[in-house]
Amino acid sequence: MPIPLPVEISEEALDELGRELDHIYDSTIADLGAADERYIRRLIKAQRSLALGSRLVMLAGAAVRGRARQPSPGRRASSRMIGGVSMIGLGVAKIVENMEIGHNVMHGQWDWMRDPDINSVTWEWDNVCPSDQWKHGHNVVHHTWTNVMGKDRDIGYEIMRVTPKQPWNPVYLAQPVYNTLLGWLFEWGVGVHETDFNKLLKGTAQDRADQLQSLKATGAKAARQVAKDYVLWPALAGSAFVSVLVPNVGANLIRNLWSYMIIFCGHFPQGVYVFDEADVEGETRARWYVRQLLGSANIKGGAAFHLLSGNLDHQIEHHLFPDMPSNRYQRVAPRVKALCSRYGLPYNSASLSRQFGTTTLKIWRYSLPGGTDVSIDRDRVAS
Amino acid sequence: MARALDAATAPHGIDRYIELVSPTWSTTEVRGRIVGVVRQTSNTVTLTVEANRNWHGFVAGQYTQLTVEIDGVRHTRCYSMATSATASGRQFELTVKAHPNGLVSNHLVSRARPGMVVGLTPAQGDFTLPGQRPERVLLISGGSGITPVLSMLRTLCAEGHSGPVTFVHYCLTAGDLTYGAELSDIASRHPNVRVIKIFTDEPGAGDFDGFVSVAQLDAIDASWRQAETYMCGPAPLMSAAAAIYAEADLGIRLHTEAFTLSQWIAEAPDVSGAIRFTGSGTEVRSDGRTILDQAEGAGLTPKSGCRMGICHSCICPLVSGTVRNVVTGVVTADRGQDIQICINAPVGDVEIDL
Ligand code: FES
Repeated sequence: MPIPLPVEISEEALDELGRELDHIYDSTIADLGAADERYIRRLIKAQRSLALGSRLVMLAGAAVRGRARQPSPGRRASSRMIGGVSMIGLGVAKIVENMEIGHNVMHGQWDWMRDPDINSVTWEWDNVCPSDQWKHGHNVVHHTWTNVMGKDRDIGYEIMRVTPKQPWNPVYLAQPVYNTLLGWLFEWGVGVHETDFNKLLKGTAQDRADQLQSLKATGAKAARQVAKDYVLWPALAGSAFVSVLVPNVGANLIRNLWSYMIIFCGHFPQGVYVFDEADVEGETRARWYVRQLLGSANIKGGAAFHLLSGNLDHQIEHHLFPDMPSNRYQRVAPRVKALCSRYGLPYNSASLSRQFGTTTLKIWRYSLPGGTDVSIDRDRVAS
Repeated sequence: MARALDAATAPHGIDRYIELVSPTWSTTEVRGRIVGVVRQTSNTVTLTVEANRNWHGFVAGQYTQLTVEIDGVRHTRCYSMATSATASGRQFELTVKAHPNGLVSNHLVSRARPGMVVGLTPAQGDFTLPGQRPERVLLISGGSGITPVLSMLRTLCAEGHSGPVTFVHYCLTAGDLTYGAELSDIASRHPNVRVIKIFTDEPGAGDFDGFVSVAQLDAIDASWRQAETYMCGPAPLMSAAAAIYAEADLGIRLHTEAFTLSQWIAEAPDVSGAIRFTGSGTEVRSDGRTILDQAEGAGLTPKSGCRMGICHSCICPLVSGTVRNVVTGVVTADRGQDIQICINAPVGDVEIDL
């Protein structure tokens, strides 16, 4: 059974749609060149400068506070100010590293440059999740099986009920609470997501060994991250250890909350479709495209928002073309949107407050039994 | 110290921050800056490169893998150092000839300018003079193959080597000759060195005419059979000379360096050929399907995920040959390039590191 479509489209028309999307991809890839290369290199340079700069300012802030046990109120205030500014700087640097750089580099979007340092095989990101685990769980599982129940482990991240297709159980009553918690601790959620706790506890001996290994790898990566942010850099401030530790914690929280919000808007807002395994049996490339389109949602925003969301505000384009350099999504979006309107397909794009609002409402609503399937509502989002 | 710095800059490491300051700074990688550009002939360029501290010199005859960026894509090619290996410091010279379809060589010949930063590797290759210098040396080069052999000549001269050295260089016409003045100068200053220039397409212009032959070698140097011979040049010269040496039972005296000048790109519809998986040593006849399918057919279990070109988990280096992307139709023949085996099919013979 092919995936349910919101409109009648003949098989031939679908194939034609597939070819048109292929063409958008091919023509963009053929056009990549020095300007794209400059974009990513400059961005990486700016991001690293911001990260390093923020850390140095953080140390300066600690120095202003001085060694005195009771610093004067003036010193204390300016030290706090500097700490706050550098915390935001480092938070933004981490957001850009994880989202517009890391996530996209690990997708292979920049492999075409053949730079061994900006490459999906070698990139390790500033996050407790080891990059090889991320690439498997995200690039392979989530992007291939987007929104297919029983296949895509990103549907509610296996801990939340985000569609009435998921059978209810009492644990979900607590999901409004642990959803909030997940937002604050998002990088840790991502870090252990690849580990299958069901298998770890109840699987075969082999399963248990595999899962334990994946958990250990996360542990090792997390230890390095923690050592860097919470031990090494604060230690450089000597007795003002805490004045550097606090903004580091803050920077990680800023990154966690922001990336949680953007990522949750990708596949959970009102109007996004969820599929069954039977829907995708023998799926053609064209139907795979349509599934990506129906299963993703965009957020409206300006240039700064594109950058800070890692261009995941173009989640639809990203899911259609996961290895196309992200700086190109903005330019292909009007072409994708025009195709959608020609074929009468929805193009789910709305403001951040609408997308995040309906996502949160769903998480609250589906914590209780029942609910209607929004994808059957065929809710069309005005664009 | 280095470990502490790397820990503080994890996960990217200290080099990624050092290079923000200067593109040639690195604690581990060899990089260089072009400091001199001379165009000796219309289709060659001679570059003086100053390497960073990670460069540890070279032995006469060795090469480096030079990486440049063209339209946002990095390309790597091998070039031999032409300078004397005795020179101290981190500067050396490379001469590049533009080949008709050579992307990198044409780029360098037309675009190289002082200040340009290039990637390098430590010197490598075992086409070198032995530490115990041979008494009698015959150096033969053709076209742009002059560089490693010239390095040997310059090194021997700089060392004050006293045994007889004969340097024979072949090129098409006098207008194609590089290092002409310097070669004459060396010959005039070193009585033990003879320099022979042969212009194969311009009879009468050089010291001898025509292509390499026993008679020609006899005429150049009656005792060539007693010399250790070092040769680098295009394939026709190399194979002709190799045949002469084999015939004379002197194969052991002949040392050669061959660079594949242009990589062969097969016609797109050509699906016949062999696929060799170099990691496992398996070889199969290609049936035109994707490399992933054929590898699995041969009993291998390469890493894969989506099998449709979106996840990049099936990446393997192409060792040699040509592959075609079945989705975009793009053809690739660059050695060492990473390819997605789930959407690339072989065109002719290929070798994959798997
Ligand atoms: S298996 Fe996913 S790109 Fe090849």
